[in-house]
Amino acid sequence: MSTPLLEVVDLRTVFHTTRGDVRAVDGVSFSLMAGETLGLVGESGSGKSVLGRSVMGLITNGATTTVSGQVLLEGTDVHALKPSARRKLWGPAVAMVFQDPMTSLNPVKRVGTHLTETLRRHLRCSRSEATERAVDLLRQVGIPEPARRLAQYPHELSGGMRQRVVIATALACDPRLLIADEPTTALDVTVQKQILDLLGSLVAERNMAMLLVSHDLGAVAGRTDRVQVMYAGRTVESGETRPVFAAPEHPYTEALLASIPQLSHPPHTVLRAIEGNPPDMARPPAGCRFAPRCGRVGEDCTDVLPMLSVVLGPSQREGRREVACHHPVLTDPVLTEELGHGR
Amino acid sequence: MGWEISSVARRFLLPVLELLAVLFLVSLGVFLLLSLVPGDPAVAVLGEGRTPAEYDALREQLGLNDPLMTRYADWLGGVLNGDLGTSLVPPQTAVLDRIASALPVSLELAVLGLVMALAMALPLAMWSAYHQGGRADRAIGAVTFALLSMPSFLIGLILIAVLVNSLGIFPRNEWVRPGDGLAGNLSHAFLPALTIALMEAAMFTRILRNDLVTTLHEDFILAARARGMSPLRVMVSDALRPSSFSLVTVLGLSIGRLVGSTVIVEYLFALPGMGKLVIDAANQGNYPVVQGAVLVIAVIYVGSNALIDRSYGLLDPRTRRARA
Repeated sequence: MSTPLLEVVDLRTVFHTTRGDVRAVDGVSFSLMAGETLGLVGESGSGKSVLGRSVMGLITNGATTTVSGQVLLEGTDVHALKPSARRKLWGPAVAMVFQDPMTSLNPVKRVGTHLTETLRRHLRCSRSEATERAVDLLRQVGIPEPARRLAQYPHELSGGMRQRVVIATALACDPRLLIADEPTTALDVTVQKQILDLLGSLVAERNMAMLLVSHDLGAVAGRTDRVQVMYAGRTVESGETRPVFAAPEHPYTEALLASIPQLSHPPHTVLRAIEGNPPDMARPPAGCRFAPRCGRVGEDCTDVLPMLSVVLGPSQREGRREVACHHPVLTDPVLTEELGHGR
Repeated sequence: MGWEISSVARRFLLPVLELLAVLFLVSLGVFLLLSLVPGDPAVAVLGEGRTPAEYDALREQLGLNDPLMTRYADWLGGVLNGDLGTSLVPPQTAVLDRIASALPVSLELAVLGLVMALAMALPLAMWSAYHQGGRADRAIGAVTFALLSMPSFLIGLILIAVLVNSLGIFPRNEWVRPGDGLAGNLSHAFLPALTIALMEAAMFTRILRNDLVTTLHEDFILAARARGMSPLRVMVSDALRPSSFSLVTVLGLSIGRLVGSTVIVEYLFALPGMGKLVIDAANQGNYPVVQGAVLVIAVIYVGSNALIDRSYGLLDPRTRRARA
């Protein structure tokens, strides 16, 4: 097997606040090959966005932040670099698509400036070359009349068009890794699919690796190779997307999937939302972070923090599956039956 | 078709009419205010101890016995013809000439002071905002706060004591007009301009720093960083413009304010500017000079603010009117 494009080893991001240390990312590991798409899913506040930004190095060690562990991007430890060397990676090696295209484009800068300044910063090309490439990029992300759009301001474009501009800006210097941080959350439902399809086809064309951060399981389901489910800054389950969603091992994954409304449900069915809220990351519970909200909680759950380990059970047949749970849904059938979870 | 004409009227005619209405009210205000000020101009001109008949003859001659509205109409008629009247106190020259010699001094002081203030405030505010909460930020905050709480004459006195009297870096004699040698003029204008600049810079720094801090938390700043832009580049190219609305507003108010209210600085440095002109004339009961000077200051104030209003479109494309 070749070396992975991105390797994240035991990444921890801790914010030192007046309320105490907030462990936004609490020991997460994964790796990503070129051309592969990994979905990071979880509720709001599960540490997904901070993880994405820590992987990129946008969040790094500072006066109020401690990042430990390793992020190896093509073999280079992102957090060990000097700031100026790290900035050189942002564009050609790794780029980010942000959540809200209404706020992630500078309102007083023309669309074209966003693109050309990035191109000129990294590729050291002339103004006219940069403009030419910018037109080409806008065309690639499906923006009609690209030459005219360059001179427009962000507010003159619709939300979907703006997100296409954001994507074009991210792709400007041909990054090997794209981090898409909730790229469709702020968009209309009809536009969401277009943007996800666009991202999918661009990733495939360029053989890029993509980290798709989203709380939208539907968005992740059909468009990722593997998925990693996050809860309270930790990975609770990871594996190939299809089997994970078809047969979740972790109760949290199961509950997340159950909370998606289905058309097959009869009208006025009460939606099965997960009771309670994610824990306060400054004072996480002692044992399993999910224990207070879990339907399968046992005595050991509130005392001992479950570690991520390879599952040896029915789900093992479909790719490598890891879960951090004392009583996984499928591999602990005794408890499953006791609780009447007839699966 | 009719819609197009009305939209043109709305864009160009309306602001001009607005401006004219404001100026009309200003002229009325200036005139009435000074007519209500106690003190008899006739006594001011002739001095005490003349016969009532002599005073009355002068009043008649100056038109002071006419009804208020007649006097206002006469005065406004003169103003519109470029005649602001004649000084009552010797030298009895035209008010316009007095203003013409005082205004350049004040304008030079105001412009030079503001340019120096901006030259200090922009880097300080950016430095402060970048290191928000850090040692530099707190130090700059403390110094600007101290400057703001100091009266301007104190700053001027300290500057004179140190730079003129102790170190002898700057000359201390009569004002030199730019026409009589630019170097001499600038060396005389520098200290008073610096006195003004320090006060204004303190205010500008605080205003801009706070707006920058807010802007730096915006997503588009993070996005610009994520494109590999350097901190300085992000600050100047991305953060500065969206953060400068309050600063530009205050700057507009400062231009108008400084032209008329640098009296203390003008006295301190013996400068023949507008502030000195108004105060001296008011003390002498020389009302045509006061009226004329206040009117000119008011026009500059209104004009500079009208310009600032128009400039928001340059700062933020979202406030520009849609091009039909």
